[in-house]
Amino acid sequence: MEKRKISFPHFGSYYIPIRHLMIRGLEIDYVTPPPMTKKTLELGGKYSPDYVCAPFKIHLGCYIEAIEKGADTLIQVDGVCRLGYYGELHEQILRDLGYDVVFVNLARARNRRIRGFYEEFKKISPNLSLKKFSTALLTSIDMVESIDQIEDYLRKNIGFEQQEGSFDRLYEDYLQALSLVESRKEAKYVTSNYIKRFKEIPVNKPLKPLRVGVVGEYYSIMDGFSNHQIEREMAKMGIVVDRYLNVSNSLFHYPVKKMREYIKGYSSYDIGATGTMTLNRALKFAKRGYDGIIHVKSFGCTPEIDAMPVLQNISKDYKIPILYFSFDSQTAEAGILTRLEAFYDMMVMRKEGKA
Amino acid sequence: MKIGIPRAFLYYRYSSLWETFLETLNVDYVVSRETDKAILKQGTIRAIDEACLSSKVYLGHVDALLGKCDAVMVPRIANFGKGNILCTKFSALYDIVDNTFRDNGLQLVGYNMDPIKSGGELAAFLDFGKKLGKKKPESFYAYTLAKQAERIDRQETLRQHEESLRKPGIKLLIVGHCYNIHDKYIGRPVLDYLATQGVTPVLADDADRRKALESAAALTETMPWIFNREQMGAIEMYRDKVDGIVLLSTFPCGPDSLANETVIRRVKDTPILNLLLDGQEGNAGVETRLESFIDIIRFRREAAYGEA
Repeated sequence: MEKRKISFPHFGSYYIPIRHLMIRGLEIDYVTPPPMTKKTLELGGKYSPDYVCAPFKIHLGCYIEAIEKGADTLIQVDGVCRLGYYGELHEQILRDLGYDVVFVNLARARNRRIRGFYEEFKKISPNLSLKKFSTALLTSIDMVESIDQIEDYLRKNIGFEQQEGSFDRLYEDYLQALSLVESRKEAKYVTSNYIKRFKEIPVNKPLKPLRVGVVGEYYSIMDGFSNHQIEREMAKMGIVVDRYLNVSNSLFHYPVKKMREYIKGYSSYDIGATGTMTLNRALKFAKRGYDGIIHVKSFGCTPEIDAMPVLQNISKDYKIPILYFSFDSQTAEAGILTRLEAFYDMMVMRKEGKA
Repeated sequence: MKIGIPRAFLYYRYSSLWETFLETLNVDYVVSRETDKAILKQGTIRAIDEACLSSKVYLGHVDALLGKCDAVMVPRIANFGKGNILCTKFSALYDIVDNTFRDNGLQLVGYNMDPIKSGGELAAFLDFGKKLGKKKPESFYAYTLAKQAERIDRQETLRQHEESLRKPGIKLLIVGHCYNIHDKYIGRPVLDYLATQGVTPVLADDADRRKALESAAALTETMPWIFNREQMGAIEMYRDKVDGIVLLSTFPCGPDSLANETVIRRVKDTPILNLLLDGQEGNAGVETRLESFIDIIRFRREAAYGEA
């Protein structure tokens, strides 16, 4: 059997650890989907049900473009919201379009735990070695943690760089270096080395800078293309942008009990998906006196819509402004910038008013 | 204490269970009136813009109960056990209502059903009874009676359902959540219109649930939401026994957005009408679409007879 060429939709910079896991863990080739463009959205939107959430459409667009680039195998994960049914329908749509690909749908392994995953992967990697897979998985996890750590620093500091573009340039270097990582040791080295270098970039941070917290839906918040890079746009106005939700915090360090306890006064039960994290962080940002909160989601995202009545109460109680963004495949760039600028002006005025 | 029950969402699945439980415990209750324009309007004002129409209806019913009771009953139902989850709306409903009506000083009462994390329905109802100030044996007794009532109610539904399947003439399988189909303002106008056209609606929601869940596997492998799986199973059971299928959803229902697409792509031998209701006034548009759908079905039947 010829080596399979697998692909997974774009998801921020996480394609690097995903690629590592596929190449080293499953010993198959990986096709990174072409950079997302308007065309990706159009392709995905054209063949998706009308009112499905934007990530579904974006993923479908990525799949089609990856197939055109040579992928013959696709993978989709399971989830606790609509994501849990993405795979089955993506596969159906691609079949109806006439694409003859192998589709690995991890939702099929839902009730079979580790064994289920193993069986799914075995289909595309007959010589699958558990040892190689787990080694690669650990390295990939280290890479994910590395990305999350670096990006967290980036969001908080990029707005204050003395020389424009210095953070972006180093970040490009960093992604290159991370792509070459082959072991946990190397991952650790790259991380510490680049953290040091990022910290060496001179910044002009005022004593009390504006601080904005970002909360919201898993995919749209973490994928810059999906949210029109609002974190970057915001940061570049000279703001500390703080976001807790990332892959490592949601998958590897998620103190759900503690988080629920913290928001007891606002929420009695888990409201589903990332809802608890959204509310927990929003309340934390509010209590810490942040200047504003941005809520990010795709249009129609039920768990995040259901968080909004609570967010509105937090906003009232702590007098913290919240800007709500809802993205679909047709959101216009200009409108987003205008709203961000207005939000920025309001925060500046409020801060001056307080001083 | 007088409990208010919103006539929306899972009331349509659990009315006999809830009402018998409260009656047996001698708890006074009131059910909000049938959905009307005013209820939808109030719900729309209260709700987040993007929320689904059915949840706007729900909040309208809670609003209608303000001042008419001491506490509103809002259960939180997350799942029916592993692999059988509900739309996250039902996990969040308690907190949505609590936060939306916070400034009205609204008291809430309910039960939490989350078998994956805590106990099953019995445990949930014993806890519910405790919140109503009832002793455990009382609640247990009330729950068993309520379950009996639920079973009898369900048997009667099933009997009528089977009768509808035996009726002559055009039969359409109506696929949609119980709270949409039976709502006076949302789904019932559709059923009423079908009646004027001499068409028999067969409700997917009335099918035997256990059989439906088993049948669903033939149509979908990983559908996570149990209500949608029940409906898809009913489609599988009846696709050869009806003349057409109407998928009735409210905008922008998350589970239906995916489930309907799967049905449309996999059920090719039976005509399907995908009807998305958005609560806009006037049924003219919906009626036109139903009318032409019924016409198509009549032509198909006539053509089939012609061939014979």
